[in-house]
Amino acid sequence: MFPDLGKYAAPVMGSYTVTLVLLVAIIALSVMRYRKVKKQLEAQEARRRG
Amino acid sequence: MSIWEYANPVRFIRLSNKLLPWVAGLAAITLVSGLIWGFFFTPDDYKQGSTVKIIYIHVPSALMAINAWFMMFVTSMIWLIRRHHVSALAARAAAPVGAVFTVIALLTGAIWGQPMWGTYWAWDPRLTSFLILFIFYLGYIALWEAVDEPDKAADLTSILCMVGSVFALLSRYAVNFWNQGLHQGASLSLDKEENVSDVFYQPLLLCIAGFILLFLALVLIRTQTEIRHRRLRALQQQEAR
Repeated sequence: MFPDLGKYAAPVMGSYTVTLVLLVAIIALSVMRYRKVKKQLEAQEARRRG
Repeated sequence: MSIWEYANPVRFIRLSNKLLPWVAGLAAITLVSGLIWGFFFTPDDYKQGSTVKIIYIHVPSALMAINAWFMMFVTSMIWLIRRHHVSALAARAAAPVGAVFTVIALLTGAIWGQPMWGTYWAWDPRLTSFLILFIFYLGYIALWEAVDEPDKAADLTSILCMVGSVFALLSRYAVNFWNQGLHQGASLSLDKEENVSDVFYQPLLLCIAGFILLFLALVLIRTQTEIRHRRLRALQQQEAR
C-alpha cells in the first residue's frame, strides 16, 4: 500500500511533513483566535448592556 | 442586490457563516483526496523518481502564495477607493495564510531542489522573487501590528500591498522575463503539449482546488475574527473614556 519512495524517501516525506505541520498550525491558530475574539466580544457587549 | 451590500460587516458575517461549512468541507474532501491520489496512486517520474510527489504540495502552495497577494491587492484597492472596512480587514486576514503558503513553497522547493539540482538554494530569478515576496508578507503583517489607528494602518498596508504586487507578478513570470536560472517554466499551461503528463496532472488539479478552497475557508473565518476584533477594540476604547 505505502509507495516505495526509494532513495528519495527523506525529501518526499520531509516535504509532506513540513506542509502538514504548517497547514495544521495555521488552521488551529485561526480557529483558536476566532473562538477567543468571539467570546471576548460577547462578554464586552454583555457588560455594555449591563 | 449589489455585491457592495456585503461590505456591511453584519451581512458579511451572516453570509460567511452560511458559506463556511460548505467551503471548509469541500476543502477537506478535495485536499485529502488529491493528496492521497497523488502520494499513493501515481507512478514515479522517469527522471525525477519519487520526488515528483512533491509537486502536489509545492505547485498549489506556490500558486496560492501569489494569488493570496493578488486577492490582498484587489481588496486593498477596494479599501483605498471605496473605504469599505471589510475589504481592508479581508486583506489583513489573508496575509498570514499567504505567508504560510509562501513558506511551504520555499521549503518544499528547497527540499526538492537538493536531490534534483544538487543545492537547496540558488539566486535564481523565481526563487529570489519568491523570497522577496515572503519578506513583503512579513512587512505587511508587521505594519498592521505597528500602527495603532486602524484606518491609517489600512491605508499604509494597502500602499505596501501595491508595491509588493510587482514582486508577486515577478515571482509568477520571472522565469519568462529572465530565461536563465535553475527553475523550470510553469508546470501548468493551457497548451496541453506543455503540461505535465495526465497521470500527474489530474491529482495536481484536485490538490490545487483543495488549496484554493482551504484559502477561502481560512480567509472567511479570519475576516470574521478581524471584524469582531475591530468592534471589540472600539467598545473597549469607548469604555475607557
